[in-house]
Amino acid sequence: MAYSDKLLEHYNNPQNVGTLDKSKSTVGTGLVGAPECGDVMRLQIEVDDATGIIKDAKFKTFGCGSAIASSSVATEWLKGKSIDEAITIDNMAIVEELNLPPVKIHCSVLAEDAIKAAINDYRQKNGMEAFKFEESVIH
Amino acid sequence: MLKLPVYLDHNATTPCDPRVVEAMIPYFTESFGNAASRNHPFGWKAEEAVDYAREQVAKLIGADPKEIIFTSGATEADNLAIKGIFEMYAQKGNHIITCNIEHKAVLDTCKHLEKEGAEVTYLQVKPDGLIDLAELEAAIRPTTILIAIMYANNEIGTVMPMKEIGEIARKHGVLTFTDATQAVGKIPVDVNADKIDLLALTAHKMYGPKGVGALYVRRKNPRVKVTAQMDGGGHERGMRSGTLNVPGIVGLGKACELARNEMAQDAERLSKLRDKLETALMSLEEAYVNGNPAHRLPHVANISFKYVEGEGLLMGFNKDIALSSGSACTSASLEPSYVLKALGLGDDLAHSSLRFGLGRYTTEEQIDYTIEQVSKTVIKLRELSPLWEMYKEGVDMDSIEWAHH
Repeated sequence: MAYSDKLLEHYNNPQNVGTLDKSKSTVGTGLVGAPECGDVMRLQIEVDDATGIIKDAKFKTFGCGSAIASSSVATEWLKGKSIDEAITIDNMAIVEELNLPPVKIHCSVLAEDAIKAAINDYRQKNGMEAFKFEESVIH
Repeated sequence: MLKLPVYLDHNATTPCDPRVVEAMIPYFTESFGNAASRNHPFGWKAEEAVDYAREQVAKLIGADPKEIIFTSGATEADNLAIKGIFEMYAQKGNHIITCNIEHKAVLDTCKHLEKEGAEVTYLQVKPDGLIDLAELEAAIRPTTILIAIMYANNEIGTVMPMKEIGEIARKHGVLTFTDATQAVGKIPVDVNADKIDLLALTAHKMYGPKGVGALYVRRKNPRVKVTAQMDGGGHERGMRSGTLNVPGIVGLGKACELARNEMAQDAERLSKLRDKLETALMSLEEAYVNGNPAHRLPHVANISFKYVEGEGLLMGFNKDIALSSGSACTSASLEPSYVLKALGLGDDLAHSSLRFGLGRYTTEEQIDYTIEQVSKTVIKLRELSPLWEMYKEGVDMDSIEWAHH
Protein backbone atom coordinates (compact mmCIF):
# COMPACT_ATOMS: atom_id res chain seq x y z
CA MET A 1 0.00 0.00 0.00
CA ALA A 2 1.67 3.19 -1.13
CA TYR A 3 0.79 6.44 0.57
CA SER A 4 0.49 9.76 -1.24
CA ASP A 5 3.35 12.25 -1.23
CA LYS A 6 1.14 14.76 0.56
CA LEU A 7 0.42 12.32 3.34
CA LEU A 8 4.10 11.49 3.75
CA GLU A 9 4.96 15.17 3.75
CA HIS A 10 2.48 15.83 6.57
CA TYR A 11 3.78 12.80 8.46
CA ASN A 12 7.42 13.80 8.07
CA ASN A 13 6.83 17.50 8.68
CA PRO A 14 3.60 17.80 10.61
CA GLN A 15 2.25 21.33 10.86
CA ASN A 16 1.02 22.99 14.05
CA VAL A 17 2.13 20.40 16.56
CA GLY A 18 1.74 21.66 20.07
CA THR A 19 -0.42 22.64 22.97
CA LEU A 20 -2.53 25.72 23.63
CA ASP A 21 -3.47 26.82 27.13
CA LYS A 22 -6.76 25.04 27.62
CA SER A 23 -7.68 27.15 30.62
CA LYS A 24 -8.09 30.24 28.41
CA SER A 25 -11.65 31.08 27.44
CA THR A 26 -10.57 31.73 23.86
CA VAL A 27 -9.20 28.19 23.48
CA GLY A 28 -11.36 25.20 22.54
CA THR A 29 -10.03 21.67 22.99
CA GLY A 30 -11.25 18.48 21.36
CA LEU A 31 -9.91 15.11 22.53
CA VAL A 32 -11.24 12.17 20.53
CA GLY A 33 -10.45 8.51 20.00
CA ALA A 34 -9.16 6.04 22.57
CA PRO A 35 -5.81 4.40 23.28
CA GLU A 36 -7.45 0.97 22.89
CA CYS A 37 -8.37 1.80 19.32
CA GLY A 38 -4.85 2.92 18.56
CA ASP A 39 -5.88 6.51 17.79
CA VAL A 40 -6.11 9.55 20.06
CA MET A 41 -6.33 13.02 18.59
CA ARG A 42 -6.22 16.26 20.51
CA LEU A 43 -7.03 19.32 18.45
CA GLN A 44 -7.15 22.85 19.82
CA ILE A 45 -8.28 26.15 18.37
CA GLU A 46 -7.74 29.68 19.61
CA VAL A 47 -10.40 32.16 18.56
CA ASP A 48 -9.86 35.91 18.22
CA ASP A 49 -12.47 37.48 20.53
CA ALA A 50 -13.00 40.53 18.38
CA THR A 51 -13.29 38.92 14.94
CA GLY A 52 -14.46 35.40 15.78
CA ILE A 53 -11.73 34.05 13.51
CA ILE A 54 -9.62 31.03 14.45
CA LYS A 55 -6.20 32.59 14.79
CA ASP A 56 -4.31 29.50 15.85
CA ALA A 57 -4.74 25.73 15.81
CA LYS A 58 -2.58 23.01 17.34
CA PHE A 59 -2.71 19.27 17.52
CA LYS A 60 -1.12 16.22 19.06
CA THR A 61 -1.97 12.76 17.79
CA PHE A 62 -1.23 9.22 18.89
CA GLY A 63 -1.87 6.98 15.92
CA CYS A 64 -0.81 5.81 12.53
CA GLY A 65 0.68 8.02 9.84
CA SER A 66 -2.72 8.71 8.31
CA ALA A 67 -4.09 9.92 11.64
CA ILE A 68 -1.11 12.22 12.14
CA ALA A 69 -1.39 13.62 8.61
CA SER A 70 -5.18 14.06 8.92
CA SER A 71 -4.82 16.15 12.05
CA SER A 72 -1.99 18.15 10.55
CA VAL A 73 -4.18 18.99 7.52
CA ALA A 74 -7.12 19.84 9.78
CA THR A 75 -5.11 22.40 11.76
CA GLU A 76 -3.86 23.96 8.53
CA TRP A 77 -7.39 24.37 7.26
CA LEU A 78 -8.76 25.73 10.52
CA LYS A 79 -6.43 28.69 10.77
CA GLY A 80 -8.03 31.87 9.42
CA LYS A 81 -11.53 30.41 9.28
CA SER A 82 -14.57 31.59 11.23
CA ILE A 83 -16.31 29.03 13.46
CA ASP A 84 -19.16 28.83 10.95
CA GLU A 85 -16.71 28.04 8.18
CA ALA A 86 -14.80 25.60 10.32
CA ILE A 87 -17.82 23.43 11.07
CA THR A 88 -18.27 22.78 7.37
CA ILE A 89 -14.93 20.96 7.10
CA ASP A 90 -15.86 17.49 5.94
CA ASN A 91 -13.86 14.33 6.50
CA MET A 92 -14.13 13.44 2.81
CA ALA A 93 -12.21 16.59 1.94
CA ILE A 94 -9.35 15.26 4.08
CA VAL A 95 -9.64 11.86 2.39
CA GLU A 96 -9.27 13.57 -0.99
CA GLU A 97 -6.48 15.87 0.10
CA LEU A 98 -4.33 13.00 1.42
CA ASN A 99 -5.67 10.32 -0.90
CA LEU A 100 -6.36 8.09 2.09
CA PRO A 101 -6.94 4.41 1.35
CA PRO A 102 -10.34 3.00 2.42
CA VAL A 103 -8.99 1.37 5.60
CA LYS A 104 -7.78 4.78 6.74
CA ILE A 105 -10.99 6.75 6.25
CA HIS A 106 -11.65 6.49 9.98
CA CYS A 107 -8.61 8.74 10.52
CA SER A 108 -10.32 11.55 8.61
CA VAL A 109 -13.55 10.95 10.56
CA LEU A 110 -11.58 11.28 13.76
CA ALA A 111 -10.12 14.60 12.56
CA GLU A 112 -13.60 15.90 11.74
CA ASP A 113 -14.83 14.79 15.15
CA ALA A 114 -11.88 16.54 16.78
CA ILE A 115 -12.71 19.81 14.99
CA LYS A 116 -16.35 19.60 16.13
CA ALA A 117 -15.34 18.76 19.69
CA ALA A 118 -12.92 21.69 19.84
CA ILE A 119 -15.55 24.09 18.49
CA ASN A 120 -18.16 22.93 20.98
CA ASP A 121 -15.69 23.20 23.84
CA TYR A 122 -15.03 26.80 22.81
CA ARG A 123 -18.75 27.58 22.50
CA GLN A 124 -19.64 26.09 25.86
CA LYS A 125 -16.81 27.92 27.58
CA ASN A 126 -18.24 31.13 26.22
CA GLY A 127 -21.83 30.54 27.26
CA MET A 128 -23.06 29.30 23.91
CA GLU A 129 -24.94 26.12 23.32
CA ALA A 130 -23.00 23.24 21.80
CA PHE A 131 -23.78 22.54 18.18
CA LYS A 132 -25.63 19.31 17.67
CA PHE A 133 -23.88 17.25 15.04
CA GLU A 134 -25.22 14.19 13.39
CA GLU A 135 -23.28 11.11 14.40
CA SER A 136 -20.56 10.35 11.92
CA VAL A 137 -21.43 7.29 9.95
CA ILE A 138 -18.09 5.52 9.81
CA HIS A 139 -16.82 4.54 13.21
CA MET B 1 29.38 -0.50 4.69
CA LEU B 2 25.71 -0.04 5.50
CA LYS B 3 23.49 -1.97 3.13
CA LEU B 4 19.97 -0.59 2.69
CA PRO B 5 17.18 -1.45 2.94
CA VAL B 6 17.52 -3.37 6.19
CA TYR B 7 15.39 -6.51 6.41
CA LEU B 8 14.41 -7.35 9.98
CA ASP B 9 11.27 -9.34 9.34
CA HIS B 10 12.82 -12.81 9.26
CA ASN B 11 9.92 -14.27 11.26
CA ALA B 12 7.72 -13.52 8.27
CA THR B 13 10.06 -15.05 5.73
CA THR B 14 13.76 -15.34 4.92
CA PRO B 15 15.63 -14.90 1.66
CA CYS B 16 16.77 -18.07 -0.06
CA ASP B 17 20.41 -18.84 0.62
CA PRO B 18 22.24 -18.76 -2.76
CA ARG B 19 23.60 -22.24 -1.97
CA VAL B 20 20.03 -23.46 -1.68
CA VAL B 21 19.07 -21.96 -5.03
CA GLU B 22 22.12 -23.51 -6.63
CA ALA B 23 21.16 -26.94 -5.35
CA MET B 24 17.62 -26.55 -6.68
CA ILE B 25 18.31 -25.35 -10.21
CA PRO B 26 19.13 -28.68 -11.91
CA TYR B 27 15.83 -30.11 -10.71
CA PHE B 28 13.81 -27.62 -12.78
CA THR B 29 15.43 -28.46 -16.10
CA GLU B 30 17.77 -31.45 -16.51
CA SER B 31 16.52 -33.57 -13.64
CA PHE B 32 12.85 -32.72 -13.95
CA GLY B 33 11.52 -36.25 -13.43
CA ASN B 34 8.56 -37.27 -11.32
CA ALA B 35 9.82 -38.91 -8.16
CA ALA B 36 7.01 -41.44 -8.46
CA SER B 37 8.07 -42.61 -11.94
CA ARG B 38 9.56 -45.98 -11.12
CA ASN B 39 10.50 -47.19 -14.57
CA HIS B 40 13.09 -44.79 -15.98
CA PRO B 41 16.17 -42.85 -14.95
CA PHE B 42 14.34 -39.51 -14.86
CA GLY B 43 12.17 -40.78 -12.07
CA TRP B 44 15.05 -42.52 -10.31
CA LYS B 45 17.10 -39.33 -10.28
CA ALA B 46 14.22 -37.35 -8.79
CA GLU B 47 13.52 -40.02 -6.22
CA GLU B 48 17.15 -40.13 -5.25
CA ALA B 49 17.17 -36.35 -4.75
CA VAL B 50 14.02 -36.52 -2.63
CA ASP B 51 15.44 -39.33 -0.52
CA TYR B 52 18.61 -37.37 0.06
CA ALA B 53 16.59 -34.31 1.10
CA ARG B 54 14.53 -36.49 3.41
CA GLU B 55 17.73 -37.49 5.15
CA GLN B 56 18.89 -33.89 5.41
CA VAL B 57 15.59 -32.84 6.98
CA ALA B 58 15.50 -35.83 9.32
CA LYS B 59 19.05 -35.21 10.52
CA LEU B 60 18.27 -31.64 11.53
CA ILE B 61 15.52 -32.74 13.93
CA GLY B 62 16.98 -36.09 15.00
CA ALA B 63 14.37 -38.12 13.13
CA ASP B 64 14.47 -41.14 10.84
CA PRO B 65 14.11 -40.22 7.12
CA LYS B 66 11.03 -42.47 6.86
CA GLU B 67 9.29 -40.21 9.37
CA ILE B 68 9.37 -37.15 7.11
CA ILE B 69 6.26 -36.32 5.04
CA PHE B 70 6.76 -33.51 2.55
CA THR B 71 4.02 -30.89 2.34
CA SER B 72 3.44 -27.49 0.75
CA GLY B 73 4.49 -25.75 3.95
CA ALA B 74 3.78 -25.49 7.65
CA THR B 75 0.12 -24.53 7.30
CA GLU B 76 -0.57 -27.75 5.43
CA ALA B 77 1.53 -29.72 7.91
CA ASP B 78 -0.44 -28.18 10.82
CA ASN B 79 -3.73 -29.08 9.15
CA LEU B 80 -2.59 -32.60 8.30
CA ALA B 81 -1.32 -33.26 11.81
CA ILE B 82 -4.30 -31.99 13.76
CA LYS B 83 -7.11 -33.05 11.43
CA GLY B 84 -5.29 -36.29 10.63
CA ILE B 85 -4.93 -37.22 14.30
CA PHE B 86 -8.49 -36.20 15.09
CA GLU B 87 -9.82 -38.54 12.41
CA MET B 88 -7.35 -41.40 12.99
CA TYR B 89 -7.84 -41.49 16.77
CA ALA B 90 -11.57 -40.77 16.84
CA GLN B 91 -12.19 -44.01 18.74
CA LYS B 92 -9.84 -43.01 21.52
CA GLY B 93 -11.29 -39.56 22.07
CA ASN B 94 -12.06 -36.12 20.74
CA HIS B 95 -10.20 -33.77 23.06
CA ILE B 96 -7.31 -31.57 21.92
CA ILE B 97 -5.23 -29.26 24.10
CA THR B 98 -3.57 -26.23 22.55
CA CYS B 99 -2.82 -22.67 23.66
CA ASN B 100 -4.06 -19.19 22.84
CA ILE B 101 -0.91 -17.85 21.16
CA GLU B 102 -0.64 -20.55 18.51
CA HIS B 103 -0.44 -19.58 14.87
CA LYS B 104 -3.78 -19.22 13.09
CA ALA B 105 -3.02 -22.38 11.13
CA VAL B 106 -3.35 -24.27 14.41
CA LEU B 107 -6.06 -22.18 16.09
CA ASP B 108 -8.34 -22.08 13.07
CA THR B 109 -7.84 -25.79 12.43
CA CYS B 110 -8.91 -26.47 16.02
CA LYS B 111 -11.92 -24.17 15.62
CA HIS B 112 -12.83 -26.02 12.46
CA LEU B 113 -12.67 -29.35 14.30
CA GLU B 114 -14.85 -28.01 17.10
CA LYS B 115 -17.64 -27.80 14.52
CA GLU B 116 -17.02 -31.45 13.78
CA GLY B 117 -17.34 -32.59 17.35
CA ALA B 118 -13.88 -31.95 18.78
CA GLU B 119 -13.52 -30.54 22.26
CA VAL B 120 -10.61 -28.13 22.47
CA THR B 121 -8.93 -26.64 25.53
CA TYR B 122 -7.11 -23.40 24.76
CA LEU B 123 -4.58 -22.93 27.56
CA GLN B 124 -4.01 -19.28 28.49
CA VAL B 125 -0.31 -18.47 28.45
CA LYS B 126 1.30 -16.71 31.39
CA PRO B 127 2.29 -13.01 31.02
CA ASP B 128 5.72 -14.13 29.78
CA GLY B 129 4.17 -16.15 26.95
CA LEU B 130 4.91 -19.62 28.35
CA ILE B 131 2.26 -22.17 29.22
CA ASP B 132 1.80 -23.36 32.78
CA LEU B 133 2.80 -27.04 32.87
CA ALA B 134 0.58 -27.80 35.86
CA GLU B 135 -2.36 -26.36 33.97
CA LEU B 136 -1.47 -28.45 30.96
CA GLU B 137 -1.40 -31.63 32.99
CA ALA B 138 -4.64 -30.75 34.75
CA ALA B 139 -6.33 -30.25 31.38
CA ILE B 140 -5.65 -33.81 30.24
CA ARG B 141 -8.76 -36.03 30.20
CA PRO B 142 -9.28 -39.69 29.33
CA THR B 143 -10.51 -38.50 25.94
CA THR B 144 -7.46 -36.32 25.20
CA ILE B 145 -5.82 -37.41 21.95
CA LEU B 146 -3.44 -34.57 21.19
CA ILE B 147 -1.44 -31.78 22.79
CA ALA B 148 -0.61 -29.16 20.16
CA ILE B 149 1.82 -26.54 21.45
CA MET B 150 4.10 -24.44 19.26
CA TYR B 151 7.86 -24.76 19.72
CA ALA B 152 8.51 -21.04 19.46
CA ASN B 153 6.12 -18.16 18.98
CA ASN B 154 6.27 -16.17 15.75
CA GLU B 155 5.57 -12.76 17.30
CA ILE B 156 7.51 -12.77 20.55
CA GLY B 157 9.98 -15.58 19.91
CA THR B 158 9.22 -17.27 23.23
CA VAL B 159 10.38 -20.91 23.29
CA MET B 160 7.99 -23.33 24.99
CA PRO B 161 9.27 -26.04 27.39
CA MET B 162 8.78 -28.79 24.79
CA LYS B 163 10.69 -31.47 26.63
CA GLU B 164 8.58 -31.06 29.76
CA ILE B 165 5.44 -30.94 27.64
CA GLY B 166 6.52 -34.15 25.91
CA GLU B 167 7.15 -35.85 29.23
CA ILE B 168 3.73 -34.93 30.59
CA ALA B 169 2.11 -36.15 27.37
CA ARG B 170 3.97 -39.48 27.49
CA LYS B 171 3.04 -39.99 31.11
CA HIS B 172 -0.64 -39.77 30.15
CA GLY B 173 -0.35 -41.59 26.84
CA VAL B 174 -1.26 -38.52 24.79
CA LEU B 175 0.38 -37.59 21.48
CA THR B 176 2.31 -34.33 21.11
CA PHE B 177 2.31 -32.15 18.03
CA THR B 178 4.42 -29.02 17.74
CA ASP B 179 4.36 -26.30 15.12
CA ALA B 180 8.11 -25.73 15.03
CA THR B 181 8.07 -23.34 12.05
CA GLN B 182 10.05 -20.63 13.84
CA ALA B 183 12.35 -22.92 15.82
CA VAL B 184 13.70 -25.50 13.37
CA GLY B 185 16.99 -24.35 11.92
CA LYS B 186 17.32 -21.60 14.54
CA ILE B 187 17.72 -23.57 17.75
CA PRO B 188 18.47 -27.26 18.34
CA VAL B 189 15.31 -29.33 17.99
CA ASP B 190 15.38 -33.08 18.61
CA VAL B 191 12.18 -35.07 18.35
CA ASN B 192 13.49 -37.84 20.59
CA ALA B 193 15.01 -35.70 23.32
CA ASP B 194 11.89 -33.50 23.26
CA LYS B 195 9.53 -36.51 23.04
CA ILE B 196 7.65 -35.02 20.11
CA ASP B 197 5.33 -37.24 18.05
CA LEU B 198 4.47 -34.85 15.23
CA LEU B 199 6.25 -31.69 14.13
CA ALA B 200 5.57 -29.13 11.41
CA LEU B 201 8.32 -27.16 9.69
CA THR B 202 8.72 -25.01 6.61
CA ALA B 203 11.62 -24.15 4.31
CA HIS B 204 11.10 -20.43 3.81
CA LYS B 205 11.72 -19.54 7.46
CA MET B 206 15.21 -21.07 7.27
CA TYR B 207 16.61 -19.66 4.03
CA GLY B 208 14.85 -22.16 1.81
CA PRO B 209 12.16 -21.65 -0.83
CA LYS B 210 8.50 -20.87 -0.20
CA GLY B 211 5.86 -23.51 -0.85
CA VAL B 212 7.56 -26.50 0.71
CA GLY B 213 7.60 -27.87 4.22
CA ALA B 214 7.34 -31.13 6.09
CA LEU B 215 5.47 -32.98 8.76
CA TYR B 216 7.42 -35.31 11.00
CA VAL B 217 5.30 -38.32 12.03
CA ARG B 218 6.81 -40.69 14.58
CA ARG B 219 7.11 -44.32 13.45
CA LYS B 220 7.95 -46.06 16.67
CA ASN B 221 7.44 -45.70 20.43
CA PRO B 222 4.67 -44.96 19.64
CA ARG B 223 3.85 -45.56 16.00
CA VAL B 224 1.72 -42.61 14.92
CA LYS B 225 -0.61 -42.43 11.95
CA VAL B 226 -2.57 -39.57 10.47
CA THR B 227 -5.53 -39.76 8.12
CA ALA B 228 -4.68 -38.20 4.75
CA GLN B 229 -6.46 -34.92 4.06
CA MET B 230 -6.16 -35.09 0.27
CA ASP B 231 -7.13 -38.00 -1.92
CA GLY B 232 -4.89 -39.00 -4.77
CA GLY B 233 -1.93 -41.12 -5.68
CA GLY B 234 -1.05 -42.17 -2.16
CA HIS B 235 2.35 -40.49 -2.07
CA GLU B 236 4.32 -40.06 1.14
CA ARG B 237 3.30 -43.39 2.65
CA GLY B 238 -0.32 -42.60 1.88
CA MET B 239 -0.39 -39.59 4.15
CA ARG B 240 0.00 -36.84 1.57
CA SER B 241 -0.95 -37.33 -2.03
CA GLY B 242 0.33 -35.09 -4.78
CA THR B 243 3.35 -35.14 -7.09
CA LEU B 244 6.37 -34.17 -5.05
CA ASN B 245 7.77 -30.66 -5.51
CA VAL B 246 11.25 -32.00 -6.24
CA PRO B 247 13.17 -28.71 -6.62
CA GLY B 248 11.44 -27.33 -3.52
CA ILE B 249 12.21 -30.46 -1.53
CA VAL B 250 15.85 -30.35 -2.65
CA GLY B 251 15.93 -26.72 -1.47
CA LEU B 252 14.38 -27.61 1.87
CA GLY B 253 16.95 -30.38 2.32
CA LYS B 254 19.85 -28.09 1.51
CA ALA B 255 18.47 -25.40 3.83
CA CYS B 256 18.29 -27.98 6.63
CA GLU B 257 21.86 -29.12 6.01
CA LEU B 258 23.14 -25.54 6.09
CA ALA B 259 21.15 -24.82 9.23
CA ARG B 260 22.57 -27.87 10.94
CA ASN B 261 26.12 -26.80 10.14
CA GLU B 262 25.73 -23.09 10.79
CA MET B 263 22.98 -22.77 13.37
CA ALA B 264 25.26 -22.51 16.38
CA GLN B 265 27.43 -19.76 14.95
CA ASP B 266 24.45 -17.89 13.46
CA ALA B 267 22.65 -18.04 16.81
CA GLU B 268 25.66 -16.78 18.69
CA ARG B 269 26.22 -13.87 16.33
CA LEU B 270 22.56 -12.93 16.08
CA SER B 271 21.89 -13.09 19.81
CA LYS B 272 24.72 -10.62 20.34
CA LEU B 273 23.28 -8.27 17.72
CA ARG B 274 19.76 -8.74 19.11
CA ASP B 275 20.98 -7.96 22.62
CA LYS B 276 22.77 -4.86 21.37
CA LEU B 277 19.60 -3.69 19.63
CA GLU B 278 17.43 -4.46 22.62
CA THR B 279 19.72 -2.84 25.17
CA ALA B 280 19.93 0.33 23.11
CA LEU B 281 16.18 0.56 22.52
CA MET B 282 15.37 -0.27 26.14
CA SER B 283 17.31 2.80 27.16
CA LEU B 284 14.41 4.82 25.78
CA GLU B 285 11.85 5.67 28.44
CA GLU B 286 8.76 3.48 28.78
CA ALA B 287 9.99 0.66 26.56
CA TYR B 288 9.01 -2.91 27.41
CA VAL B 289 10.22 -6.30 26.15
CA ASN B 290 7.34 -8.66 25.36
CA GLY B 291 7.72 -12.36 26.09
CA ASN B 292 10.12 -14.27 28.30
CA PRO B 293 13.60 -12.80 27.69
CA ALA B 294 15.43 -15.97 28.82
CA HIS B 295 13.41 -18.58 26.93
CA ARG B 296 13.53 -16.93 23.56
CA LEU B 297 14.76 -17.42 20.00
CA PRO B 298 18.21 -15.83 19.66
CA HIS B 299 17.29 -13.57 16.75
CA VAL B 300 13.96 -12.16 17.93
CA ALA B 301 12.97 -9.14 20.01
CA ASN B 302 9.49 -7.75 20.49
CA ILE B 303 9.42 -4.35 22.15
CA SER B 304 6.57 -1.98 23.01
CA PHE B 305 7.21 1.74 23.03
CA LYS B 306 4.42 3.11 25.16
CA TYR B 307 2.49 6.19 23.95
CA VAL B 308 3.44 5.76 20.29
CA GLU B 309 1.44 3.66 17.88
CA GLY B 310 3.27 0.86 16.06
CA GLU B 311 2.09 1.51 12.56
CA GLY B 312 2.75 5.23 12.88
CA LEU B 313 6.22 4.33 14.09
CA LEU B 314 6.91 2.08 11.12
CA MET B 315 6.09 4.87 8.69
CA GLY B 316 9.04 6.79 10.06
CA PHE B 317 11.56 4.38 8.60
CA ASN B 318 9.81 1.72 6.53
CA LYS B 319 11.43 2.91 3.32
CA ASP B 320 14.76 1.71 4.72
CA ILE B 321 13.91 -0.80 7.45
CA ALA B 322 11.47 -3.67 7.04
CA LEU B 323 9.84 -4.51 10.36
CA SER B 324 6.51 -5.77 11.62
CA SER B 325 4.20 -4.18 14.12
CA GLY B 326 1.96 -6.03 16.53
CA SER B 327 -0.62 -3.43 15.76
CA ALA B 328 -2.84 -4.55 12.92
CA CYS B 329 -4.29 -1.14 12.27
CA THR B 330 -3.99 -1.77 8.54
CA SER B 331 -7.05 -3.93 8.80
CA ALA B 332 -10.31 -2.09 9.29
CA SER B 333 -10.80 -3.83 12.62
CA LEU B 334 -8.06 -1.88 14.44
CA GLU B 335 -7.44 -4.97 16.50
CA PRO B 336 -4.00 -5.27 18.02
CA SER B 337 -2.15 -8.59 18.00
CA TYR B 338 -4.01 -11.44 19.73
CA VAL B 339 -0.66 -12.80 20.90
CA LEU B 340 0.23 -9.62 22.78
CA LYS B 341 -3.31 -9.40 24.16
CA ALA B 342 -2.96 -12.99 25.36
CA LEU B 343 0.06 -11.94 27.43
CA GLY B 344 -2.27 -9.56 29.21
CA LEU B 345 -0.84 -6.46 27.62
CA GLY B 346 -3.15 -3.47 27.70
CA ASP B 347 -4.27 -2.18 24.34
CA ASP B 348 -1.92 0.74 24.70
CA LEU B 349 1.16 -1.51 24.83
CA ALA B 350 -0.24 -3.96 22.30
CA HIS B 351 -0.71 -1.12 19.81
CA SER B 352 2.82 0.12 20.42
CA SER B 353 4.92 -2.91 19.62
CA LEU B 354 7.57 -3.67 17.03
CA ARG B 355 8.84 -7.12 16.15
CA PHE B 356 12.50 -7.38 15.22
CA GLY B 357 13.53 -10.59 13.48
CA LEU B 358 17.24 -10.71 12.64
CA GLY B 359 18.71 -13.12 10.12
CA ARG B 360 21.73 -14.73 8.50
CA TYR B 361 22.64 -11.62 6.48
CA THR B 362 21.95 -8.98 9.14
CA THR B 363 25.06 -6.87 9.81
CA GLU B 364 26.15 -4.86 12.79
CA GLU B 365 26.01 -1.68 10.69
CA GLN B 366 22.38 -2.42 9.95
CA ILE B 367 21.63 -2.89 13.64
CA ASP B 368 23.36 0.40 14.48
CA TYR B 369 21.31 2.12 11.80
CA THR B 370 18.11 0.54 13.10
CA ILE B 371 18.85 1.65 16.65
CA GLU B 372 19.39 5.20 15.43
CA GLN B 373 16.29 5.34 13.22
CA VAL B 374 13.88 3.68 15.64
CA SER B 375 15.08 5.78 18.59
CA LYS B 376 14.78 8.97 16.59
CA THR B 377 11.28 8.15 15.41
CA VAL B 378 10.05 7.09 18.86
CA ILE B 379 11.28 10.38 20.32
CA LYS B 380 9.77 12.39 17.47
CA LEU B 381 6.38 10.70 17.66
CA ARG B 382 6.24 11.09 21.41
CA GLU B 383 6.57 14.83 20.89
CA LEU B 384 3.45 14.45 18.76
CA SER B 385 1.61 12.19 21.18
CA PRO B 386 -1.05 13.64 23.48
CA LEU B 387 -0.70 10.50 25.62
CA TRP B 388 3.01 11.11 26.14
CA GLU B 389 2.20 14.67 27.20
CA MET B 390 -0.40 13.41 29.68
CA TYR B 391 2.03 10.82 31.00
CA LYS B 392 4.68 13.48 31.49
CA GLU B 393 2.19 15.71 33.30
CA GLY B 394 1.15 12.84 35.54
CA VAL B 395 -2.42 12.66 34.20
CA ASP B 396 -4.17 9.41 35.11
CA MET B 397 -5.24 8.17 31.70
CA ASP B 398 -7.64 5.66 33.17
CA SER B 399 -9.64 8.55 34.59
CA ILE B 400 -10.38 9.90 31.13
CA GLU B 401 -13.62 8.94 29.46
CA TRP B 402 -12.39 7.95 26.05
CA ALA B 403 -14.76 8.02 23.13
CA HIS B 404 -14.62 4.40 22.01
CA HIS B 405 -15.00 3.89 18.33
